[in-house]
Amino acid sequence: MAQIIVVTSGKGGVGKTTSSAAIATGLALKGHKTVVVDFDIGLRNLDLIMGCERRVVYDFVNVINGEANLNQALIKDKRTSNLFVLPASQTRDKDALTKEGVGRVLDELKQDFEYIICDSPAGIETGAMMALYFADTAIVTTNPEVSSVRDSDRILGMLQSKSKRAEEGLEPVKELLLLTRYSPTRVATGEMLSVADVEEILAIPLLGVIPESQAVLKASNSGIPVIIDQESDAGKAYSDAVARLTGEEVEMRFVTEEKKGFLKRIFGS
Amino acid sequence: MSLLDYFRAKKEPTTAVTAKERLQIIVAHQRGERDAPDYFPAMKQEIIEVIRKYVQIDSDQVSVQLDQNDDNLSVLELNVTLPEKP
Ligand SMILES: Nc1ncnc2c1ncn2[C@@H]1O[C@H](COP(=O)(O)OP(=O)(O)OP(=O)(O)O)[C@@H](O)[C@H]1O
Ligand SMILES: [Mg+2]
Repeated sequence: MAQIIVVTSGKGGVGKTTSSAAIATGLALKGHKTVVVDFDIGLRNLDLIMGCERRVVYDFVNVINGEANLNQALIKDKRTSNLFVLPASQTRDKDALTKEGVGRVLDELKQDFEYIICDSPAGIETGAMMALYFADTAIVTTNPEVSSVRDSDRILGMLQSKSKRAEEGLEPVKELLLLTRYSPTRVATGEMLSVADVEEILAIPLLGVIPESQAVLKASNSGIPVIIDQESDAGKAYSDAVARLTGEEVEMRFVTEEKKGFLKRIFGS
Repeated sequence: MSLLDYFRAKKEPTTAVTAKERLQIIVAHQRGERDAPDYFPAMKQEIIEVIRKYVQIDSDQVSVQLDQNDDNLSVLELNVTLPEKP
């Protein structure tokens, strides 16, 4: 049975697109046929992070409007087999997404794919609603920072009242917390909310913790999802999150400060 | 945290502690409103207006909270901070 997973947050710029690209790639690397869909109509970015921007011909809205079929719009990833990208359109208005149209395209994708990852736009308007409406699972991407946590809680409210599953009284959307841009050093000095703090406030299961990492910018510069960089802390943390998503039990890494040398411990860094 | 930091022993709560406390309040508030019936915002507004007939208050001096205690009992909790006597 195909699974629809939305990567959502409410607040902008917290790492939804970075996470969508990494998680979709991770699932494909594990052999699952996966498609990642950009719901950020008008502000397409996923194609850049996936490194396929020069291969976009048709987009999501073209498919909804019947101007192209799915096979023409889907971009096959060059690096990873089993992985496809459905880009957002760059020019159309946000009303281009309708429940009926999005539902039709997702139904067609379900025939062919095991995982459908929906990269949500920020906010709580139409685009974000469309991205979460059909979801089976929601990855609530959150930074350890007050406005992001509050917005995540608002998104949880939407999932519980406005999703298809909520409207039809089905089993609720499975909610998972992905804490990104985490800095154990700042947590240790009391400048940043800890994993435990955010878990306690949002009260949903933890899928993973992605550290603040220089590897993310390097990855986006080159158009290679950061999970491919298995030397990096962020890459490893995303791999762990993907493993948990597919039911494996993996211990959390990168949540405590790195062990420092003796001198550093005395004099600080 | 380095040892020097440790000896500089902070007595004040850290900003992370403040952030957590503020979030717990705001999230509890959001959840209260989320579960409330549709008529709730209008009712809350009317209650505030009734009080304003008698005492001059701002809307943030009133907290109206609906708690679903169990299946057939809900409690409407009304808290009004009245201005100090002049
Ligand atoms: N773990 C991380 N470490 C460092 N930088 C990060 C990390 N995750 C994301 N970023 C950076 O944060 C910025 C926003 O990331 P991204 O575009 O993935 O967010 P988004 O939630 O999709 O934004 P939007 O709401 O605009 O769609 C980017 O510059 C990205 O490189
Ligand atoms: Mg994005």
